[in-house]
Parts: sequence; C-alpha cells; structure tokens
Amino acid sequence: MSTLPGIRTAWHDAPEGSLSRQALSPPHGAMSPSDDAMPPRSSPSVPSHPEAERLRDAVRAAIADASPLCLQGGGTRTFLGDPVSAAPLSVAGLRGIVDYQPAELFITARAGTPVAEIEAALAERGQCLAFEPPRFGDAGTVGGMVAAGLSGPGRMAGGSLRDAVLGTVLLNGRAEILRFGGQVIKNVAGYDVSRLLAGSLGTLGILLEVSLRVAPQAVASATRVYDLPDAQAIDQVNRWLAQALPVHASAWHQGRLYLRLQGARAAVDQACQRLGGDAMSADEAAAFWDALRDHHHPVLAEPAELPLWRLALPPTHPPLALAGDWLIEWHGGQRWLRSALPAATIRAATQAASGHATRFRPGARPESGVNSLTPLTGPLACIEQAVKLAFDPHGLFNPGRRPYVPPAA
Amino acid sequence: MSASYAASVQPTSESPTSAQQVIQELQQHLPKGSLLWQPETLAPYECDGLTAYRELPLAVALPSTEAELVGVLQTCHRLGVPIVARGAGTGLSGGATPHARGVTLSLARFHRILEIDPVARTARVECGVRNLAISEAADAHGLYYAPDPSSQIACTIGGNVAENSGGVHCLKYGLTLHNVLRVRGYTVAGEPIEFGSEAPDAAGLDLLAVFLGSEGMLGIAVEITVRLVPKPELARCIMASFGDVRDAGNAVASIIANAIIPAGLEMMDQPMTAAVEDFVQAGYDLEAAAILLCESDGTAAEVAEEIERMLEVLQAAGATRLEVSTDEAQRLRFWSGRKNAFPASGRISPDYLCMDSTIPRARLADMLTAITAMQDTYGLRCVNVFHAGDGNLHPLILFDANDPGQLERAERFGADILETSVAMGGTITGEHGVGLEKLNSMCVQFSPEERSQMLALKAAFDPLGLLNPGKVIPTLQRCAEHGRMHVHRGLLPFPDLPRF
Repeated sequence: MSTLPGIRTAWHDAPEGSLSRQALSPPHGAMSPSDDAMPPRSSPSVPSHPEAERLRDAVRAAIADASPLCLQGGGTRTFLGDPVSAAPLSVAGLRGIVDYQPAELFITARAGTPVAEIEAALAERGQCLAFEPPRFGDAGTVGGMVAAGLSGPGRMAGGSLRDAVLGTVLLNGRAEILRFGGQVIKNVAGYDVSRLLAGSLGTLGILLEVSLRVAPQAVASATRVYDLPDAQAIDQVNRWLAQALPVHASAWHQGRLYLRLQGARAAVDQACQRLGGDAMSADEAAAFWDALRDHHHPVLAEPAELPLWRLALPPTHPPLALAGDWLIEWHGGQRWLRSALPAATIRAATQAASGHATRFRPGARPESGVNSLTPLTGPLACIEQAVKLAFDPHGLFNPGRRPYVPPAA
Repeated sequence: MSASYAASVQPTSESPTSAQQVIQELQQHLPKGSLLWQPETLAPYECDGLTAYRELPLAVALPSTEAELVGVLQTCHRLGVPIVARGAGTGLSGGATPHARGVTLSLARFHRILEIDPVARTARVECGVRNLAISEAADAHGLYYAPDPSSQIACTIGGNVAENSGGVHCLKYGLTLHNVLRVRGYTVAGEPIEFGSEAPDAAGLDLLAVFLGSEGMLGIAVEITVRLVPKPELARCIMASFGDVRDAGNAVASIIANAIIPAGLEMMDQPMTAAVEDFVQAGYDLEAAAILLCESDGTAAEVAEEIERMLEVLQAAGATRLEVSTDEAQRLRFWSGRKNAFPASGRISPDYLCMDSTIPRARLADMLTAITAMQDTYGLRCVNVFHAGDGNLHPLILFDANDPGQLERAERFGADILETSVAMGGTITGEHGVGLEKLNSMCVQFSPEERSQMLALKAAFDPLGLLNPGKVIPTLQRCAEHGRMHVHRGLLPFPDLPRF
C-alpha cells in the first residue's frame, strides 16, 4: 500500500486488533474478478475492539433484562433534552484517533475520544472543525459532540456538524455493529444514516466511531463592530451576505453587531475597508468568539437564574416581541433568550415565526411539565417514532431524552 | 444485458387489484390527458438515463395539482400499487425505471418557481423545476444555486433531492444535501409532511438528512427550499500537465494539504485527453500523461492570491506545463473538453460502461495504476475522467457489444473497479446513486445487518414498501454480479446533454 510521504499521517495509538484501518489488508490481488457467486464483502470489516465488544455485551444484557440504558461520554452535554433515568453506560473508554489524513480532509476517531484531542491533532496540521462545536469543558467526547449535534459561531459559513459527518460505526438496539457512510465526501450508497445520527441525542444507538470532514484554518480573520438595533443588524448582515464578501460569523447583543470576516488575506482586508465599522483587536476578537462558542458569554453562561432558550428561526425573520436578554447569532438563524416568560408563550411565538424553540437550560426554578425540545406532531411524529423503533426496537437507548407525544387516535 | 427487472424484483406487496381497476380509480382523480396507460403513450417512460433497463409501467400519472397528487397517492396506497416517482428521467442508475405493476408518478408539471428571497438568499421552488432554471431566476439578484450536475439544463431539483446530486463544484460548495433547507411533500399514504426548515435546523430527528439521496423510497417531495449563494466576481482556471499520473494524483493531494479548496479540481488521463481534444480542439497538451484543471473563484483579489498559491503547489508537484485562463472564453475552452468526455468517448468506441465511484484522493494514482493493470486482465481499454478534488472517478470502459464476450468482460472490469474502490476506503457510488444499476454492488459495501437496518429505516417511512420497490437496498438473494451503465453507440436518452 503506497503512501505519500508527508501527507498521509499514520496515527498511532490504535492497539493491535483495534479499529485501526492500517490493519486492513491492501485492496488488490486479494480479489478475484471472476466470482459469479455472491461477491465477498470487500469493504473494511466492522471493527472489533475490546471496548466495543464490552458495549455490545452490555446491549445484549440490556435486551435480555429489558433494562434501558443512559449513554454517557464526557458528561458535558447531559443537560440537553429531557432527563433520562436508566442505568448509565459509559462510552468514554472507547477512545483514540483511528485515522487522520489531512490531505483527504477527514479524521476518524472512536466515540470516546476527547474533542480536545481531536482539535489539537487538527491544529498541528493547520486544520479545524469548521462547525466550531461548543466545548462545555475539556471532557467532552467526539461521540457526545455528534450525538448533541451542536454547532458554533462559524456554522453558517462552514456548515453544520451534520454537514461535516461523513461516516459512523453504530451499535444498534439489536446489538449489531454497523458501518454507514465512510471517509469520502461524495458517497450516495444507501441511506445517509450517519447524518441522521447527528443530533439524535443517543436515542438511536451507541456511536462507536465517527468520521468527520475537516477544513483548513482560515488564512486571515478580522472582526468589525457596529452600533445597530437588532432589526437593522439582522437586515444589514443578510444584505452583506448576498454579496461576494467573506462574512464568516455574526453576533448581536445589546445594540452591537459583531461581524467576523474570514478568508484570503486580500479579501478580508478589502472587506474591512468596504464595510467600515470599528476594528476589534485580534486577542479581543478571539476571546469574544470563543466565549460565544463555549457558552461563556454573559447570556449563555451558567449557572443562571432564568432559563436559557435557543430559538432556531429563518434568519431574516424580524425580532420577536418577547421580553428578555437576546443574543442573536448565525445572521438571525440562532437566537438565544434569557427570559422569565412561560414556555408556551415562547414556543407559540417561535412557531408562528416558522421556527422551533429549545429550553436549552432550565434555570434555577424550572417550569414544570415543559419538554426541553419541541415535541413533533402529526405524520412527522409517527415517522420519527417508527425510525426510533427501526434502530432501537426494545427502547433501550436514552428513554425520555426526546419528547414523544403519541398521536391522537 | 438484462432488459427487464420485474422478474427479479421481489414484490413487496401483492396486488390483487386488476390493472383496469387501478386505472379506473386513478381516472377519478386525474383529468383526461393526465393519466397514460396505452402502451404507445407509456413508451417514453420505459427507462431513465440507464437505458439498459426498460420496463413499461402499469400507468403514468401526471398530476398538475397537489390535490391530484394526493388522490394518486391515496389510491395507490389503498390498492397496494407501487409508485415510482420521476423527474426529468436523466438519472444514470435506474432510480426511475418503471415497475411493471406500478404507477410512474411524473412530477414534471410541478414546475413553478414560487419565490426567490434575495435577502434570505433562498429559492422556494416546485420539485419539477430544472436545476439550471433556479440559477437563471436568481441571476437578477447576483445569486445562484451552487450544485451543478452536468445534466443541469434538464435535470430537476426534485431528482437532485432524490439522488443527492453532485457536480463539479462540490468540494467548495457542497452537495445537494448541503444546499437544501427544506422539503415539503407527502408520505406514501398522501399525508402532508415537511422535512427541514428555513431555520438552520428543525425540531426532531434530522429526517431531511435521510430523505436527501433516498432515491424516491421514503416520500414524495413537492416543494423544495434551497440556499442560494452570491455569484463570484471572477473565476480563473489553471490547466496543468503532468508527465506521470502519479505526479498528477499527488498534486491533487498536495493542493488540499496546502489548505487550498479549489472551486473545481478535475483530472483526465492521456487517452481521455486525446479523445476529447480530437472532439473539441481545446488545445490540450497531448504529451501529458494526465491533465488537471484547477479553478479558483471569488473576488479579483482572492482569485489572484489563490491562483498564485495553486501555481506554486502544482509547480512543486512536478507540473510539466501550466497555463492560466486570462479571460472567460479561455476558461470555458479549458472546461469544454472535460465537459464533453462522454460524447468524445462515444466517438472512439462503439460502446462503453461508465463507472461512478469515490476513493480517497491520495489513492488516485494507485487506482489509475490498478485500472491500467485491469486493462490487460480484461483485454479492454479504459479512459478516465475524475472529479479529482473529491476523489470521484468516472472510468469509461470501452468495448464492442457485437464482439461476443466483450460486454461480460467489461462488466467484470467495472465490478473490479467498484470493489477496488471500496477496498481503498471509498464507495460504489459518488453521485449517480444506486437505483438498479448498483444494487448488487451494495452487497460489496454493506453487510446483511447494515442492509437490514436500512430496510427497517425505509419501512419507518413506507411500511408497505410501495415507494420505488426493488431499488437501492438489495435483498440477500440479489447479491450477484450484474450490469453497469451501458451506452451502445453513444445512444443516451439525451445525447446532447453534457454528462459528469
């Protein structure tokens, strides 16, 4: 198997008999073109790893005992969705980068690998995760990150976490280990199960391994600040986006619009001149966007008295008349709200604006009877429930994490 | 090559209803002229772009309104009649090949562009709108729809959603799945449904992700909201020659490794270059073992900076000749040969099989070497065009169907390429879909458990298995070698349409 020196990086910490692709046999020679019978499966065989086998045994036992499981990674995102009361099963022991090919723009890692380890490996080669996943501390795992499905400030320019998922290895509710997708960008073989798993909050199965698209770090970046009310800020940033400008991220809070430009040096310099505004120093800007990304920003930071709502809206929708402290990201597409308003009021206003509202953090005195996530209704709810059962027929994984409202008979 | 697949498809739902009854019931929902059932009127629908597979459907329904569409769906659902959705019929994997006992549901009459929002940069269109028509409608606002399958003048956005279509600019701008925000349509039972949202995400599981690329097996899309992007101020293209295919393959990997994401990055080997040069006279370097086309787009300043960096990398990678387009006419001339790879191949061989697989970029040279060896093994020639930037291969295996044994050898050659792709860490289809064509190759890529999981997912949307039955996910017994796309004497259903 030939390699390109200096480009293909052999990743190391895979023990013998592990998920390592380096262990796979080279392709040619082994295959006979003349087989008329059922062709042998020549794709990489589903990995076996002692920790994966332990998890598989745990699922087998859970099936036998009809005892559901609460999946755990680094424990940094357990606040997402509704609480689960089930026996904990940790995936954190299944760790290690399996394969990283900077020139192929992908990284494959076992689900328990800390996100911090992945980001450090990427940074070493001048690459990054373009969706800028929020890091709620250092313990977060890549499996938890994919299951949570959250993206950060650069999501609108760099795509969402879901967009970056290329492949997964899943342990489903039948204790089967399954591989979907792969490591290449263009892949339309079968249904795109891997991307369905992004943001599924561990309700469909246990992620064992994920492959993600990675991106080169930006050559140049600059942040400009403008004094603008919310409605004008949303309109202005969207009008800029309709032009060929390197607008990468935006945020609005308390009358100020923050605009991050990113791309080729010449393009960023030109855009700074053209778009005016006040410059933010590089350090100040890095701290500002990191605070947004990692939820240290005053609106997002915990603990807090009031609940934190995340509203996903069509970006150009005008500001909603709901009282509270607003932080607007994603050019208007993601809006955070600290508010004492009842959940029903917030959900109704969001729905009327063609969006959905998540009670991201419950606050000090949570309103009772409120699901964290917006429950589905109608045929979509039926399909979602059927999809859940297709993967997890015994209802083992994270029961109650996602709201399920049985449709009216 | 097999001309009928009905015999090999396991019916997913026995249909005791007579054809006559189905037609009579459908007539109650469709005006005259919107339901075809006489054989001579069905003939135009007997195949899609995969012409080797032909079948006459029971009937073709051409609803013009959503009420008519719902009537068709409810009727078929009630009577247990399979439904095969069809856009422009340009697909290359047989996704729209009719079912002998089924209704082909043509969505061609849903062809209105409903709304272009220049500030939100979205277009809301009906599923039968042609891909290119979206960009044409958005042009006045300086916007366009980025995914550009080569058949974009004819293929519909509904078909693109079904296939998760690619194009030349995927590496930088993404596939259909990265550019579709929302799909509104109907379940197999005719219930209204919506996946995704004009917001950045929707409540619930990301069902849009599985709907995209599901080849008409999960539901019927009627209205699609896509993301538009600003037209770049400028595009320039580098044509780079290499004396060795390995150098060219390494140059591709090197560009990406140097943090450059080109707007397009395409590769042709020498036999392909010779064939297209003869056809279009683009001025290609006939001495080169491989040619790369590497494009940059953006503002003038961005392009100047990026072209400079690209030239440095290509030089260092051993390019023997480098030419940069100086104007739009020259850029289009560089691309003309690449875009005509298909008809050009039709001129040098009576028949060819077109493959579509993806491999890791760094294995491009290995794959070319492997294909060269396979030419000797199978005694056939193969010319190669690659979407090199995303590792998507389109080897064209040349043969003569009139020479006994050549087709069979060509098919084994093709199967070998697909299996080698999977073994290299790639996939059996990069952008053409599985449809009928790759059904058996799915067994190479997925285990029985993986296929069962996909069938269970399908059943969650379509419990009776009425939507496009027999496609995409093979049952165990179907795992045997069989055909690829087969073009006899250049006879494609749309011979003038650029491909790939």
